Amino acid sequence: MKRLLSGNEAVARGAYEAGIKLGVGYPGTPSTEILETIAEEYRSIYSQWSPNEKVAFEVGIGASLGGGRALVTMKHVGLNVAADPFMTFAYTGVNAGFVVVSADDPEMHSSQNEQDNRFFAKFAQIPFLEPSDSQESKDFVRRAFEISEMFDTPVMLRMTTRISHSKAIVEEYEPVVLPESGFKRDMQKYVMIPANAKKRHVVVEQRLEKLRLFSESTELNKVENNGSEIGIITGGIAYQYAKDNLPDADYLKIGFGFPLPIEKISKFVAAHKVNLIIEELEPYYEEIIKAAGIRIEGKKYFSRQGELSPYKVALGLKEADILSSVKGAEIEPETLFPRPPILCPGCPHRGAYMALRKLGVAVTGDIGCYTLGVLPPLEYLDSCICMGASIGNAIGIDKVDGYKKGVVAVIGDSTFLHSGITGLLDAVYNKSNITVVILDNRITAMTGGQQHPSTGHTLMGEETKSVNLAQLARALGVESVREIDPYDYNGMIRALEDEIRRPGPSVIITNRPCVLMPKRILDRPYMVIPEDCNGCSACFRIGCPAISPSTEMTKHGRPKAIIDAVLCTGCTLCAQVCRPEAIVPIPDKTPDK
Amino acid sequence: MENITTNILIVGVGGQGVLLASELLSETAMKAGHDVKKSEVHGMSQRGGVVSSHIKFGPKVYSPIIPYGQADILISFEVAEALRAIDWMKKEGFLVTAITRLVPPIATGGKFHYPDDPVAELRKKVHRLLVLEAEDIARDLGDVRLVNTILLGSLSTDLEFAESLWQEVIRQRVKEKFVEMNLQAFARGRQLAGSVNKGTA
Repeated sequence: MKRLLSGNEAVARGAYEAGIKLGVGYPGTPSTEILETIAEEYRSIYSQWSPNEKVAFEVGIGASLGGGRALVTMKHVGLNVAADPFMTFAYTGVNAGFVVVSADDPEMHSSQNEQDNRFFAKFAQIPFLEPSDSQESKDFVRRAFEISEMFDTPVMLRMTTRISHSKAIVEEYEPVVLPESGFKRDMQKYVMIPANAKKRHVVVEQRLEKLRLFSESTELNKVENNGSEIGIITGGIAYQYAKDNLPDADYLKIGFGFPLPIEKISKFVAAHKVNLIIEELEPYYEEIIKAAGIRIEGKKYFSRQGELSPYKVALGLKEADILSSVKGAEIEPETLFPRPPILCPGCPHRGAYMALRKLGVAVTGDIGCYTLGVLPPLEYLDSCICMGASIGNAIGIDKVDGYKKGVVAVIGDSTFLHSGITGLLDAVYNKSNITVVILDNRITAMTGGQQHPSTGHTLMGEETKSVNLAQLARALGVESVREIDPYDYNGMIRALEDEIRRPGPSVIITNRPCVLMPKRILDRPYMVIPEDCNGCSACFRIGCPAISPSTEMTKHGRPKAIIDAVLCTGCTLCAQVCRPEAIVPIPDKTPDK
Repeated sequence: MENITTNILIVGVGGQGVLLASELLSETAMKAGHDVKKSEVHGMSQRGGVVSSHIKFGPKVYSPIIPYGQADILISFEVAEALRAIDWMKKEGFLVTAITRLVPPIATGGKFHYPDDPVAELRKKVHRLLVLEAEDIARDLGDVRLVNTILLGSLSTDLEFAESLWQEVIRQRVKEKFVEMNLQAFARGRQLAGSVNKGTA
């Protein structure tokens, strides 16, 4: 059967066809839909969200040791979190096949950096496969499992946002039937005390030699011979951009990216008059190929920053004198207003940011929707580094500066459970004077609404225990823990003032759910009474998409406000900052369901 | 031999339903026997940001992204977004835009300005232009979300797929109780585009 599948849906399908027993990961754009698809469409597979990528990776290792093929999914920066088990699992090798998906995000569509995780595979000395469309995304997963078992190694499948989120036609096959297997004890292989690890390091080097030979012969590294004088070495999405521009050139398309097939590359280069490497992000191929003494260029003509595109590749090809002209107009510089992402109407995070801004405290931030608090008009956030960093950052500022107005860490519920708990423990242990605001909207919102350990549900939709965040904070030793309604602007300010003044660490937990997920929340919408609006713009500054300037002006020529009743959720925050009390509930209006 | 693809760009603002429209279009192109690729980026864009979806179909499609200036058709759910995306179009391309204005909070502070008359600016750039009161029409037909199929109906007049194929895809992809409404909306979009595409506008 043929279907239109995104790269992520295709990976899920590929895992199903490869007969995996377990899928595990932590949500992160652009990887999230892989496990969601498995949980929804391939119910025979056990799948779960873990609290973070490190645990997910370790669960995957366990599954492999237990004899079941395991797929572990995460975004590129997630692999940083899982790097510890990743590096050592490369030593032990697998029992059943093990594939980790690293979904990289060139252009940082929804990420804090654009690290190129191809280097991670090389670092760990494990193979990686890189598809260039949905069909390959599916087929390469199956190949990756075979390679994992053939060479006794974990394998990385390297995706990028453009591959993960593009749809293309995919031909599907039936799942393989695998022989029954189970847990096998092998202490020398899996217990990495120094004596055993030293022996395994030798095995890693031997394995690498076998993988080198495989890389030279596998059809995953494919030569496309069109009888051209131009030879292009490329892989992943860059292959498609190159084909758009040079459909008739010769290609060496790299699908098996580590170790690279140096012999094959050397022959390919020798057979062409003009050669070029086209790759997105870092000069990964280029460094290895040049180090092998092969003369070729790549990044001389293409940026290391952001995504490539058909147009950027055309520009590079022109600079390399391979194309004579570039089709398509160069886009005009942006003259229109920007449309930055913004907190939704009724978002409970808004109240917290309004209060923090009012108090002028230092605010260390974290990863989630609430990072949008840095954008206009709220513009109130002092750091965002990685998952869980807010608390450690706050501790550090407090220790060296003791910022007089107070140091506050803001962190979401899912992020707190991912890697905020240890930070809070540090704050208690080392007697920090910080306030941690857990913005508990009871869902992993930024990535589209995934379950986590305090939502009460699993990925597969079963009910489960829900960890109580307040009890957890108290158990860590935080003496002052309180819950507060983030829609109560003054209450939020008072709570923050109290807790900032209090010596020692304290925790404030906001208690309103996300307005979009798991269900849409719509309360009685509000309106502006035009006669009472003085155009002061206080309501504009809270950054609610439901509020905009009306065409009606005050006598001073300032636009009055107008509220879109369809978007308004009735959170009341705008009414609370409206001095002339011009914002009121719409009379007799029951919310649209 | 040149490998000719048809390139369609659909733009709007997060939450407007851009992704559904591009889904229906891609399915239809696949059913018509084409190779199809479609690309969009999810994530932050859901939060009121710009959303765009690239659809390419033809005998063989390589890259899922349309190069600048190479879109044959541009569909916009929001009128200023049509202006933002206009340079992606070929000069002889066909533009269908909803008249809907969504002014973001950032353009309310005085620092940025929402264009006063985006339609006039669009007219300077393209000849084949259809501006639809899509939201009003959708509300009249029973649901504001029908903007999707109205715009698709208009778009369909510029493509060679049989009307019955579109209808088949709508029947398959839309929830049963909304099928009739969507078919009506699609027909309405086709009818409204008729005049422009016969060269009378």
